[in-house]
Amino acid sequence: MARKPSSEGETPANVSKDELLQYYRDMLLIRRFEEKAGQLYGMGLIGGFCHLYIGQEAVVVGLEACAKEGDKRITSYRDHGHMLACGMEANGVMAELTGREGGYSKGKGGSMHMFSREKHFYGGHGIVAAQVPLGAGLAFADKYLGNDNVTFTYFGDGAANQGQVYETYNMAAQWDLPVVFVIENNQYAMGTSVKRSTRSTSLFGRGEAFGISGEQVDGMDVLAVKAAGEKAVEHCRAGKGPYILEVMTYRYRGHSMSDPAKYRTREEVQKMRDERDPIENIREILLQGKHASEDELKALDKEIKDIVNESAEFAKESPEPALEELWTDIYADELPQGSATENA
Amino acid sequence: MATEILMPALSPTMEEGTLAKWLKKEGDEVKSGDIIAEIETDKATMEFEAVDEGILGKILVQEGTQGVAVNTAIAVLIEEGESADDIEAPAEPEAKTEAPAEKSEAKPAASAVEAVETPEPDRSPDWPEGTPMKTMTVREALREAMAEEMRRDENVLLMGEEVGEYQGAYKISQGLMDEFTERRVVDTPISEIGFTGIATGAAFAGLRPIVEFMTFNFSMQAIDHIINSAAKTLYMSGGQMGCPIVFRGPNGAAARVGAQHSQDYAAWYSAIPGLKVVMPYSAADAKGLLKQAIRDANPVIFLENEILYGRSFEVPDLEDFTIPFGKARIARKGADVTIVSFGIGVAHSLDAAEKLAEQGIDAEVIDLRTLRPLDYASIIESVKKTNRLITVEEGFPVGSIGNHISAYVMENAFDWLDAPVINCTGKDVPMPYAANLERHALITVDEVVEAVRKVTYK
Repeated sequence: MARKPSSEGETPANVSKDELLQYYRDMLLIRRFEEKAGQLYGMGLIGGFCHLYIGQEAVVVGLEACAKEGDKRITSYRDHGHMLACGMEANGVMAELTGREGGYSKGKGGSMHMFSREKHFYGGHGIVAAQVPLGAGLAFADKYLGNDNVTFTYFGDGAANQGQVYETYNMAAQWDLPVVFVIENNQYAMGTSVKRSTRSTSLFGRGEAFGISGEQVDGMDVLAVKAAGEKAVEHCRAGKGPYILEVMTYRYRGHSMSDPAKYRTREEVQKMRDERDPIENIREILLQGKHASEDELKALDKEIKDIVNESAEFAKESPEPALEELWTDIYADELPQGSATENA
Repeated sequence: MATEILMPALSPTMEEGTLAKWLKKEGDEVKSGDIIAEIETDKATMEFEAVDEGILGKILVQEGTQGVAVNTAIAVLIEEGESADDIEAPAEPEAKTEAPAEKSEAKPAASAVEAVETPEPDRSPDWPEGTPMKTMTVREALREAMAEEMRRDENVLLMGEEVGEYQGAYKISQGLMDEFTERRVVDTPISEIGFTGIATGAAFAGLRPIVEFMTFNFSMQAIDHIINSAAKTLYMSGGQMGCPIVFRGPNGAAARVGAQHSQDYAAWYSAIPGLKVVMPYSAADAKGLLKQAIRDANPVIFLENEILYGRSFEVPDLEDFTIPFGKARIARKGADVTIVSFGIGVAHSLDAAEKLAEQGIDAEVIDLRTLRPLDYASIIESVKKTNRLITVEEGFPVGSIGNHISAYVMENAFDWLDAPVINCTGKDVPMPYAANLERHALITVDEVVEAVRKVTYK
């Protein structure tokens, strides 16, 4: 169900008009960016695997609203939304998708492997669930260094069946690591639905065995995600150890671009789009509460479209990496700049 | 403005497909996300969603058409008020991709190994002449190396099973928890993939973890993080993410522990760009190389040997010394044949050289010390002197370090060889338990002697 719009001039509890607009803008940027990426893939400009985030935008936007400078994030290969939401440039992300010099990894990483030291975005990992212990390790470093930073470690319902997740839960709990485990439950691990892969379908509930608290959240509602995120972050910052958020969401597109998606019905997808769309949800709140006019939102739409189109142009114009790049970045002479330890 | 709808690529390998069915007809309104057509690829029938909005002005490729090349215009979207009649079908399909032309066609490299030119080998002494020496075991040397580096850098920590309270399964970390507390000497549960991933993540953030595997056999549980996470991330991030981490522990056969606990991983890890691989023999090298490994900005695999832990060697009595990577040690000077080895293989090689000396054959023994980077220069220089080469290692024969060295020497010093290169390795069998079988599965001094006799035609 869509969140009940507030009456005129009122915003939902604890959220300002500016915040609502910001969430709308951030989600729309991801949506439009991903649509464009899908189009460029269709044109052969993006190669290999390309996993779109369309439908899941509220998850990362809601959680980013709870982050402060210094907090870290790490996720799987479905990572474009996370990068845009943490403030990485659309140009750099798109140019990485096209494998160009202007990409975040100079074209050497691709869709699944992108990073930003500056934005504390630690990837972009192509091996399902590998990011879970890595994320706990980022949190380990912050605890070791004695700061109050938190790491958001995102993974899907598919990854939740990997053994390393539970080794990580065990150690994260034992060592009180400040990590929010965000399970983006979009209900399908590639083509296998949650109920076809486990009898234990309460994914957040699995944390209980390790003494980790958690909860399930409506991931189509950015405000619900934000509210739950704040609680989780507070728990971690207070030194109480990890927290699990199982965010119930839905991906509209196939697992990757080459997925014919025969494991679910067209009607199921359409129903989610019509009734639960996270962007439409906020749009309705904005309009019904008269926080924004149709014209203002139209202008915002255009602004987003321009950013996305510009990123596509940049990604086409940016040259392929120089051949010398084949042989660089295999070994480092020194630690790359901007390590967490430098700010300790 | 009219917008062309192009035949999409729907898989990483698709070049053309069949336009199976149009789900919209000319004149229909199209919204972003609407399914407008079904397209058959070689793998599946895919639904094709519209990205742009408008009215389907004209269908340019009729349904049922096969072999439609990717990026061919298949229809045109128009805006309200525009007429479909104004549209001319484009004569030629657009180029498959707008990627810059093949300007970047690579010239084939002379070899897949980057550094083909072999520079002059570095024969400088590892420590100043006249340095006082002290006798210590490999075990003590490793412990001193860790303790010194932990004193030197607050960001260095040790993590692994039984490294703290238990004082180390092989007592390498004895006393470290007392000095550095449990903050920096971290006992883990038995969760190799988990703690290897956690340590790798901590290294991404700038800490310098030393991960102890109780034996390297258990690193198989964690090899995904060692290779896919630790070794490749610097490259995949375009140089942004470092991973200064050391993975260390006993490697290779101990004695009578059977197949699952007796394996040499030197060749496995040396195959991976992004890793550095160290396999010391002496206590001095163990200490100097481990200190170097901890200071390195990259993931380092540090392969120790249980049998060597208790052996004593002379170690320089210096406050601080390191040994650079990629610099082999001439363990014994000789003129008739070059024996290249590393780790415990050096012990076999030196024993063989003694026996050979009695038979009038003067063998040179090179201890590689590091396998990645590998000191090709020292090998080539020695081969040019002796014209004969054998390699000695404990690992399996197929895809061994010796195989790689043979290929390198053949490519770069073929004319200097007077005999085929022989690789002495462990046998091509899982390690048996029975004492007599185990002895035969491992490389022996006699086998090294025999190989040398063969290449010297004695």
